[in-house]
This record gives sequence, C-alpha cells and structure tokens, in this order.
Amino acid sequence: MSIENLKTFDPFAEADEDTGESKPVERYIHIRIQQRNGRKTLTTVQGIPAKFDLKKVLKVIKKKFACNGTIVSDAEMGEVIQLQGDQRKDVMEFLVDKDGLQMDSKNIKVHGF
Amino acid sequence: MADTTTERPKRKSVAFSEGATIVDTDGQVTEMNGHTEKTTAESHSHPSPSSNPTVPNGAAGDGEVDEVTAMMAGLAKKKKKKSSKSKEGVEADGEKAENNGEFDPSALKKKKKKKKAVDADDFEAKLAEADAGDKGGEEKVSAKPPAEEQTGDFEQGTGIWAHDAKTPVVYSLLLSRFFTQLQSHHPDLFSSGHKSYKIPPPQCLREGNKKTIFANISEICKRMKRTDEHVIQFLFAELGTNGSVDGSRRLVIKGRFQQKQIENVLRRYIVEYVTCKTCRSPDTELVKGENRLSFITCNSCGSRRSVTAIKTGFSAQVGKRRRQRA
Repeated sequence: MSIENLKTFDPFAEADEDTGESKPVERYIHIRIQQRNGRKTLTTVQGIPAKFDLKKVLKVIKKKFACNGTIVSDAEMGEVIQLQGDQRKDVMEFLVDKDGLQMDSKNIKVHGF
Repeated sequence: MADTTTERPKRKSVAFSEGATIVDTDGQVTEMNGHTEKTTAESHSHPSPSSNPTVPNGAAGDGEVDEVTAMMAGLAKKKKKKSSKSKEGVEADGEKAENNGEFDPSALKKKKKKKKAVDADDFEAKLAEADAGDKGGEEKVSAKPPAEEQTGDFEQGTGIWAHDAKTPVVYSLLLSRFFTQLQSHHPDLFSSGHKSYKIPPPQCLREGNKKTIFANISEICKRMKRTDEHVIQFLFAELGTNGSVDGSRRLVIKGRFQQKQIENVLRRYIVEYVTCKTCRSPDTELVKGENRLSFITCNSCGSRRSVTAIKTGFSAQVGKRRRQRA
C-alpha cells in the first residue's frame, strides 16, 4: 500500500500530454443571440458535446420550441445549432432539463442582452 | 440600512431631550415616557419603541427574569450615557450625538427582538396599559439596581467599560456596543458589503432605424477604470454585433438595443471584469500580463485573478449573402 499523499506529483506531467487546446474551449456551451432585420433574432448554440447527435438534438428542439433551425459548421467553432427567434431561455432549459440533455448549468453561458 | 440613515438626524435630537429628562429622578421616568411617546408620534423612529417596551417589561418585572433586568440596565445605561454626554461632552458634540443616535438603533433592534421572543403577546397589552402611574413606580424598582451596576460610556471608557473594570458585562450590552461601534467607525462594514457602486446609467439613442448610440460610454469606462476598447469589445461580443466609435467618442452599435439591455450587458461586464471576487470591491485594475493573459488586481485587498480574454463566438451570417461575398 502506498500512501497517496507521499507520491511525487509532477505538475507538468499532464500538461505535456494534452496539448489539445480544444478541450478547455469546448467545455462551455455558449448560447448567443443575434439581431436580424426588424424584430427578428437568431439564437446560436455552440459547443454541444460530441456525444450528442446534433441532428437529433436539433430535431427535438425544433419540435419542442416550434421554430426552425439548422446546423451550421463553422471552421473555428465546429458545428453550431442555429435557431430562429430568441430561444435562449428555452434552449437553456432544454440543455439542463431532465428530459433534455441534462447538462450542468454551470457549463452553459448565455450571452446577449 | 436606508431607514437608519434617514432616522439618524431625528434621533440625535430626540436622544438629547430624552437624556435631559430622564436621569434626575425616578419621577422623571414617566416624564420620559411622555416624551418618547411624543417622539413616536412625530418621528416614527425607533427610540420610542426602545424605551416604551422596556417600560412594560419593567412593569411585568417579576416574571421577566434577569434578561429583562439586563435590558433595563442597558436602558438605564443608555440614559446615563446620554445625560452625561449632554452635560459634559459638548465639545465633541456632533460626533457624540451621532454615537448616541447610533446607539439606539442597534440596542433597540436587539431589544425589540428579545421582547418579541419574551412576551410577544403581552407586549401590546402592556403597551396599552402602560400608563404613567403604576409603571413609573415599578420601573424605579427594577431599573435602579442594575443601573448602578452597569453604567458607563464605552466611547470614553468609563464605568463598566473602563479598561481595568472587573465587572462582567452583560452580553446584550456588549452586543449593542459592538453594533454601535461598528456602525459609527466602519459604516461600510455595517451595511454588509452592499456598498453601492454606482455607474451612470447608459444613455442610449437611436440613430436611424438600425443603429443605437451608446452616448456615455467613455464616462462609464472611466468610472470602471477600464479602457474603452475593452468594454466595446465585450459589448460587441456579447451582443453579437459590431459598430464603431464616432467623433465625439460615442459608440455606435449596429442593431436596436434598449437601455435596459445595454445595462444588463454592462452589469455582466462588471461582474466579470471589474469587481474583485474576493472582496467585491470595484476598485480594481486590469493588467495585461505576460503571455496574453489578463489579470485583475484589486486595489483594496490586493488579490489578483486572471480573467479570460474576450472572445467573440460564432456569429451567424445575417443579411444578404451576396453582399457578404462582395
């Protein structure tokens, strides 16, 4: 039996391993809003973890919130769900909800006004 | 907090008059009652409840145990203090007056609570029956002895508060002293860190149909001690738009935004990039450290934390695609 506390800990051991900087960036789900012409708006949801099938998620969302939407693949941000109208609250709820994706609300950032 | 501050001036004067009447003899105790009742009528401030409730308590005397006597002591002490001040301490008039005034709220907040706990029901009835006659007599009895034990002015360090005094001080007195001194010496702490940090509300004008002018951004930035660029960058990132700064340093934002919306975003900015997470002070500095990291250094507590750089996220293509391409 080794004593846990006495193990030598190399603080740089892990740093070398995961140089994939996409990981910490991907941690947050960003929900943003954009204004279009008139009173119209767009909601974008960025950073949904890859374990979810975006297509299926989008389908559920579209049905649930009665809005249209698409999946946009961005060079930097990856696949982004884009919804018509201001769905920030709904999406937030959906992501956290038990019958939704059950995400941690700490990992979700809602932007916009 | 707000009402205590508003009441303060009133209390000042009340306290003095009270003190004058009370101390001399026991007969005056009733007089003081009359006084305080008047003050309730005229100012709705706390002092009168403080002294009034004690009176019924004194009247109830026998049943009310030593807690009450302690409170009586407090009351008596207070009176003593006031009187002594009004007589001797005229030099430091203003400050002491404030202390006096501030003594009351804490003391009587506590008293009120206690009272409620002790005789919540009887309180009203006693108040009602608390006419001058019987209560005056009984209060004499109960108020006098403790008054001798626990007198003194903690500001001046006399009586029980003297440095070398050996008498154990009643808890309620200690508590009231704590609150009084806290309030008089550290008002910011007393208001539980809710010290108001005010920035002027953003002024939003509409330019044309599709643009919003954020007029007083430079003023706000100066208030927050942040560069305009940083704030603007944040605003644009959050609102998902862009814009420009016009000739008179106003920000022109594309899109329609109301003042409330801008305010929300600014609030978020303040939480994220201005306030110190440790002491909640807004007096911080944003420093761009080595290797592209930004740090916030607090000027009041000295803590330092890193903040993420503002990053504009994905922005969908809005408007005509053809124009975008051109």
